[in-house]
Amino acid sequence: MASIDIANIQKSYGIHPVLHDVDLKIRDGEFVVLVGPSGCGKSTLLRMIAGLESVTAGEIRIAGKRVNELAPKDRDIAMVFQSYALYPHMSVEKNMSYSLRLRKTPRERIATVVTGAAAKLGLEPLLERRPRALSGGQRQRVAMGRAIVRQPKAFLFDEPLSNLDARLREQMRAEIKKLHKDLGATSIYVTHDQIEAMTLADRIVAMNAGVVQQVGSPLDLYDRPANLFVAGFIGSPGMNFFDGTYHAGDRPLFEIAGEISIPLDAPAPLANNAKATLGIRPEHIVLAGHEPETLLATVDLVEPTGFGIILHLSLGRTAFKAFTNDRSFLTASGTIPVHFPAHRLHFFDGEGNRV
Amino acid sequence: MRAKSAFLTVAHRLAILAYVAFALFPLFWLLKVAVTPNDLLYSEGIRLWPSRASLEHFDFVLRHSAFPVFFRNSLIVSGSTAVVVTILASLSGYALSRFRFRGKYWLVTLMLLTQMFPLVMLVAPIFKILSPLGLTNSLTGLVIVYTAFNVPFATFLMQSFFDGIPKDLEEAAMIDGATQFVAFRQIILPLTLPGIAATLGFVFTAAWSELLFSLMLISGNEQATFPVGLLSFVSKFSVDFGQMMAAGVLALIPACLFFLLIQRYLVQGLTAGAVKG
Repeated sequence: MASIDIANIQKSYGIHPVLHDVDLKIRDGEFVVLVGPSGCGKSTLLRMIAGLESVTAGEIRIAGKRVNELAPKDRDIAMVFQSYALYPHMSVEKNMSYSLRLRKTPRERIATVVTGAAAKLGLEPLLERRPRALSGGQRQRVAMGRAIVRQPKAFLFDEPLSNLDARLREQMRAEIKKLHKDLGATSIYVTHDQIEAMTLADRIVAMNAGVVQQVGSPLDLYDRPANLFVAGFIGSPGMNFFDGTYHAGDRPLFEIAGEISIPLDAPAPLANNAKATLGIRPEHIVLAGHEPETLLATVDLVEPTGFGIILHLSLGRTAFKAFTNDRSFLTASGTIPVHFPAHRLHFFDGEGNRV
Repeated sequence: MRAKSAFLTVAHRLAILAYVAFALFPLFWLLKVAVTPNDLLYSEGIRLWPSRASLEHFDFVLRHSAFPVFFRNSLIVSGSTAVVVTILASLSGYALSRFRFRGKYWLVTLMLLTQMFPLVMLVAPIFKILSPLGLTNSLTGLVIVYTAFNVPFATFLMQSFFDGIPKDLEEAAMIDGATQFVAFRQIILPLTLPGIAATLGFVFTAAWSELLFSLMLISGNEQATFPVGLLSFVSKFSVDFGQMMAAGVLALIPACLFFLLIQRYLVQGLTAGAVKG
């Protein structure tokens, strides 16, 4: 096991920069999730750590040792691919033991390690099968098995669950978490699914357009998103945003387009008449009147999810969503009172940064 | 509905049958003439099978003609060409499929360009080049020429097979501890066996039946390949159709054997199960 230090990493394809100055210290045994939309550079960063992509500038250290120029095979890391990348002409057992055979590990030791890993992943009855005779979930397990037999310095996961159906994904997510708990291995996990990021990570690295947006614990990112991108990316349904102007005073207001003002319970950390964006998560909107002034929102659509209800509402021309567990809103129509509690509000300045 | 689909199935099978019959008829005729004794060849008129079949032409061709020499020459030339071309095409196809390098675009263009000329145009210059090197009237010369002409197409063929193998596989192998070459040899190559078999077969048959260069570059029976050798059955005053056809039937044997040998790889989709699919 090892720490991984990423210092001012840059990557360009020709003249096209895809990663800008990424700086990241991953502690020994930590589970770090790189999350962001497709094309944000998260997979490229992972592949640079693996040695599958060259480093344009900066330095990567694994266990304190510079690895920029090392071939993947000399970095002592294991990787699980989105496509699983199992060797189709080898049995499950041969797939799992390939790395050990390459390293000329004694046969008895290979047998013990593979049996151990297979037991851990429930693969014993499948050891003689070829990958094509396995289901998606089983292939996924073999791919993990191939990674754990080696006890590498770090595990890299490149969207390992994206090819599985929703139910299986949930199950494998839990297994990965359990596995990490057992092995305590340094892990870097790439995904575009914020739920996976939230549930698995010790720390999340949110990325967009090749730039790290925020690094922090899952709840950090949820409670205190550093900017509009993170605020919008983490959480489902996504955070509501209102562009408008802040008016300070005895009764502070946030005026949004359509000359509607949202009354605020407490002063915001903004200058008077400052242009800003107000954010609030759908689950934090209170669907009840609030003295002294009740804000009324129009109900556009009601979406029951079973667990709760997503209400599509609008204030003037600005649409937003609210989430509630109260089933009486299933039949909501016309207008309903809404309240935005002060301690649930997020404010972002003109650049989109949190204030 | 059922009646209609049954009718369509029958029509479909009949159409295939008609096509197969049409395509295979010349082969049948080859065999028929080969087993027809000389005295019956012109006397019986047109019939599907002679009233008396014999193997006398085969016997003559094998024991009293130069055919075994032609056959051996063809085997050497086609076999060597197939092996050399397949090795070169595997390596270059892999490079084209996996690496980015300077001049790749121009290389591919040049290779395509070589495929655009009618071969007849090139016979004279090639003769001119090979002659001072002592490579005319030599099997080695033929292998070199056939290799040169088959490598571009075979490279594209192999490239498409390599393209079909996910890059993830060799990346996984490299992370598992293999060098790029070990990954190529242990992971990619076994998966490309169908492609290699197809390339071998394609090049072998192409070289086996090539007439033009063989005719131009080889003189005399000693180094002649079998397509040229067949012409020796045409003499000034007559054509020995029976012997010619018998030689033709014998010449089909290696091609058939070859395909029997590799058909296992041709039909087997080895990559199934590598990635989600």
